[in-house]
Amino acid sequence: MIEIRGLRKTYRSRKGSVAAVDGVDLRVGEGEVFGVLGQSGAGKSTLLRCVNMLERPDAGTVSVGGLEMTRLRRGQLRLARHGIGMIHQHFALLSSRTVAGNVAFALEVTGAPRAGRKQRVAELLEMVGLTGRAEAYPAQLSGGQKQRVGIARALAARPKVLLSDEATSALDPETTESILRLLHDLNQRLGLTILLITHEMTVVKRICTSAAVMRDGRFVESGTITELLRTPGSELARGLFPLDGPTEVAGATVVDVTVSGPEAEAPIIAELARRFASDVRILGGSVERLAATRAGRWRIALPGAPDDNREALKFLSERGVVS
Amino acid sequence: MTWSEVFELLTGGLQETVWMVGVSALLTAVGGLLVGVLLVLTDAGRLRPLNVVLGAIVNVGRSLPFIILLVAVIPFTRAVVGTTIGTDAAIVPLTIGAIPFFARIVESALREVPPDVVAAATAMGATRRQIVGKVLLREALPALVAGLTITVIALVGYSAMAGVVGGGGLGDLAIRYGYQRFETEVMIATVVALVVFVQLVQMVGDFLVRRLSHR
Repeated sequence: MIEIRGLRKTYRSRKGSVAAVDGVDLRVGEGEVFGVLGQSGAGKSTLLRCVNMLERPDAGTVSVGGLEMTRLRRGQLRLARHGIGMIHQHFALLSSRTVAGNVAFALEVTGAPRAGRKQRVAELLEMVGLTGRAEAYPAQLSGGQKQRVGIARALAARPKVLLSDEATSALDPETTESILRLLHDLNQRLGLTILLITHEMTVVKRICTSAAVMRDGRFVESGTITELLRTPGSELARGLFPLDGPTEVAGATVVDVTVSGPEAEAPIIAELARRFASDVRILGGSVERLAATRAGRWRIALPGAPDDNREALKFLSERGVVS
Repeated sequence: MTWSEVFELLTGGLQETVWMVGVSALLTAVGGLLVGVLLVLTDAGRLRPLNVVLGAIVNVGRSLPFIILLVAVIPFTRAVVGTTIGTDAAIVPLTIGAIPFFARIVESALREVPPDVVAAATAMGATRRQIVGKVLLREALPALVAGLTITVIALVGYSAMAGVVGGGGLGDLAIRYGYQRFETEVMIATVVALVVFVQLVQMVGDFLVRRLSHR
């Protein structure tokens, strides 16, 4: 649905030039939720804004739904943008219009026939759970409600793709959770493809099927969540399941085990203890439901040196990732 | 001079002032909006040279004290209105003086619209016309009305100076009767009328801003 190749964008100023996006390749399949995770200044925002040409890339290609965005003329670009919804960190609502007016604005812009607008607005507000707030002004809404208006507005023209620019970063954890549930729901019900940028691991955990870590304008790793969980040393896997507990225990071998999919449900630790008669100790860990899969991660201590545990480690490697 | 005579003078002067200020405010609103929008639209991109020229013209207009502008544009006033005396003639320099003033207010009001909101409209596929009309001007409307109120009050001040060169209005009254003939009653009455008038303009402006603002 979205395909980015060799994307580069450099900002020049008097102090020199900064490569905000420095050669990024990215594929988001239809119905996928792709999260780009990174600190502020990593270039995520520029990357996202290059998708709908709010920023013109210096090099590389961006295609959305098979349409090569970099080659479009102004009029064509406007039409293409109708098919790409976008939501913003600070909501970007029109303060002078009511909730209904803000959603109607999107319909006016896309040239939807006047007759059906009112009904469509009501439909969209119901979809995001804002029926009854239609006549309120943005200033009277909570952050979560404002973002719901933003989502309703973004979906007005029935886009296939939604771009999310830190959509939950200005919200408290509970509201974040409810907005993520809504996005997940829309992804499932409408088959909406979502490309989002965020600095919050929770977002990736809750709704992403694929993710990438971005740093200094580049992807340092990317793939489906399942793949990443199987990749030894994956930053994302570590970030999704932060482990505490000691990394060294006297007289024991400490390892981190990451399992995903059906293995997450299997009694692996019990089997380990039984088969190798090992007094295995769990130092930390959890099993959680991700959007894509279930996954578990534990830090365990096996008595004895690594050499004494060769068989046990082999057993674990067959079931998940040991690091 | 009896109070009823003063009153008569006053109503006449006030009418002239309202006419001068009203018409020039209307023309200024249109002209200033146009110039202000152009200043914002040409700020970046290929039209940048136009911005520089326009900005320079606006600055020239802003740097001349009104009393000097008033005299300097006399040939132009004569060409447009046919005379340089009277309230209609005063409207020309008033408008020329106020447009750059209001244009800068419009420019800064439009810049106050969050770039985020403009980007959102662009991302939705809005045309430039839609962005100017439905986003920039509409979102800035409370600030624009507040700015127009300031401009109208400035115009009241300018219009008094127009009295110096035979423009009529309350300023003319104050100079001819209050200053040249030592008619203190007229002076006091003019001051009171001006204060009341300005207060009224400000009140109406504030009321409209409150009604329009939903922030």
